[in-house]
Amino acid sequence: MIEIRGLVKQFPGAAHPAVDHLTLSVSEGEVCVLIGPSGCGKTTTMRMINRMVEPDAGSIMVAGRDVMQTDPVSLRRSIGYVIQQVGLFPHWSIADNIATVPKLLGWDAARIATRVDELLDLIGMEPATFRSRFPRELSGGQKQRVGVARALAADPPVMLMDEPFGAIDPITRARLQDEFLRILRGLKKTIVFVTHDIDEALKMGDRIAILRDGALVQYATPEAILARPANPFVESFVGTDRALKRLALIRADGALESLGAAVPVHAIGARANLRDALALMFEIDIDTLAVTGPDGAVLGAITLAGIRAHTRSVDGTNR
Amino acid sequence: MLLVEAWQFIVAHPGRFFDALATHVALSAAALGLAIAIALPVGVLLADTRRAALVAITAANIGRTLPSLAVLALVMPVLGTGFVPSLFALTLLALPPILINTVTALQQVDADMVDAARGMGMTRAQIMRKVELPVAMPVIFAGIRTAAVQVVSGAVLAAYIGGGGLGDFITSGIAMMALPQLLVGAIPATLLAIGADRLFGHLQKILTPAGMRPR
Amino acid sequence: MKWLRNNWDQVAIALGEHIVISFTSVAIAFAMSLAIGIWAARNERVFRWAIAVSGFLYTIPTLAFLALLIPIVGLGRVNAIICMVAFSLMIMIRNVATGIREVPVEVVDAARGMGMHPFEILTKIELPLALPVIVAGLRIATVTVISVAVVAAYINAGGLGTLIFNGISNDFAPKIWAGALTSCALAVAADLSLAKVEGWLRHRAA
Repeated sequence: MIEIRGLVKQFPGAAHPAVDHLTLSVSEGEVCVLIGPSGCGKTTTMRMINRMVEPDAGSIMVAGRDVMQTDPVSLRRSIGYVIQQVGLFPHWSIADNIATVPKLLGWDAARIATRVDELLDLIGMEPATFRSRFPRELSGGQKQRVGVARALAADPPVMLMDEPFGAIDPITRARLQDEFLRILRGLKKTIVFVTHDIDEALKMGDRIAILRDGALVQYATPEAILARPANPFVESFVGTDRALKRLALIRADGALESLGAAVPVHAIGARANLRDALALMFEIDIDTLAVTGPDGAVLGAITLAGIRAHTRSVDGTNR
Repeated sequence: MLLVEAWQFIVAHPGRFFDALATHVALSAAALGLAIAIALPVGVLLADTRRAALVAITAANIGRTLPSLAVLALVMPVLGTGFVPSLFALTLLALPPILINTVTALQQVDADMVDAARGMGMTRAQIMRKVELPVAMPVIFAGIRTAAVQVVSGAVLAAYIGGGGLGDFITSGIAMMALPQLLVGAIPATLLAIGADRLFGHLQKILTPAGMRPR
Repeated sequence: MKWLRNNWDQVAIALGEHIVISFTSVAIAFAMSLAIGIWAARNERVFRWAIAVSGFLYTIPTLAFLALLIPIVGLGRVNAIICMVAFSLMIMIRNVATGIREVPVEVVDAARGMGMHPFEILTKIELPLALPVIVAGLRIATVTVISVAVVAAYINAGGLGTLIFNGISNDFAPKIWAGALTSCALAVAADLSLAKVEGWLRHRAA
């Protein structure tokens, strides 16, 4: 869906290129996370996709069209755009903010109104209440959700998100991430997501592109990056606790073992991840847990030994 | 050329010129001094009380919009013509900017700063003297600077109510259509105004506490 | 007072003249300052130059400015209007430019990123959000112009100042009162109504 080839950007007066011959491709319906230390070129790369920054060399194809041959304004109207500070228009109501691109595209009023309400429902904000409110009346988390709704309004196939949850407190951030993943499940969108937070990258990304000094260091699934970091830089970037991080990617019901003779006394939900199971085992000082489904039925068990085995397995990503 | 003629006029009438110049400066300085002496203490006293400060600012804002010449003219039927009525009117004109800036600046001093000072055991007077006034000084001084320019400009109009000053040359120049005389009044008056602005701008910089100066 | 009752038409005519020259000057200056201000908002050098010149010109005493224009344009309305437009321009260019520059960067970035044309961004986002600051400048300019117009009567521009000067030279207090008080009332009325507009705009664009 998005093909980046040999992309280069050098800012005048800078010693090194911001983006140095970057090549990567994002499949349709995939969430590609761009991550790396400050100055690695992740935001610049993202902003070249919708030509907010003009490339110096290389090519970018979106849905088979060369972005350099497309009029920037109509290109941007077909790509969703979410930034960290959100940038809601303070003098427009929430409804008008969300309706921005549909209005630019000339949709009729009825269609716009329906779509606005649809989106407010989708982001969990009651349309009747929030439609005519103004940005200044919203909390940070609400503003960010409206920003996402605004980007989805014209139903673009591609979305660019630049640290969208960066300015939010950690608790709200986790909730917003979960909500966004839930929203994505129903839609088929190709997303380029920029972050500096490795945990967010592991949670949100189908594939993660680790950038450094404008170049691509590793581009793989979260599991692969944790299990087989390409070099010492990636190793230190993902953190020394990567074994535990890998466990966090595996759900309890994806690692079921058969129950022994007796059902273990303590249990954990099927949707919990193996890292949480491990933490629980340490806390209670046991090495077996029952795994229960949503109705409380026992589905199986997990053991300390079983969890250990998973840190050595090659596959098994499950969300 | 006109400028040359203007210069010749000054050379021919040095007494008149320097008299007018001296009166102009005296009027301006006195009016400014009086205005500061009144508005600063009042501003300091009012800054704490919300409602009184609001009333004062509203009144000063209205005062600020009044046409200068109207204020000067209104004084005449009451106080007559001459230096003193002009001084009175000019002082009135200079009060609003100083008062508004003083009150606003003091109200905008970071509440946390004042809280810390109180917590350390400073008395109200000490807080005002050592913390609030120094921090508010840049903005207060900006108000004084504005007032200074306004007073020097207003003093030009004092000519209409017999206050003397450089405005006399302008009015007689217009009355007699003598262009050089016009310039003898207009150019020095302009230079004085610009000079006052520069002077107070400089003072503003000097009086800003070192730690607060923009780098 | 008695004089006022018998001669209110004189005052009304003077007031009318005063409003006409004031309004004309502000309108001209507004149109010019929008164009120049938008340019200054985009161009750092123009902005700095505009601020410097405006600061300088604004300190020139009103009567001196009018006097300096006499060798060039003589007496009368034209002189007055040039002076008033000059003063207004200085204030309003600065406010238009500052107002636009103060629109939050992320709001403009979001607008651009969503595919608005530069002209749409200017008219739908930047100018509406800059409006409170622009109107603040308009307010100061209007009050300044009314004040200048009072003095400009002395160079035959008409307006309420004629009553004042007439009253002074004939030592006739009622004329002085009429001229001075009416001009004060006009200035205050203009200031208060524009302040209301400014306040309403600020609340809307908060």
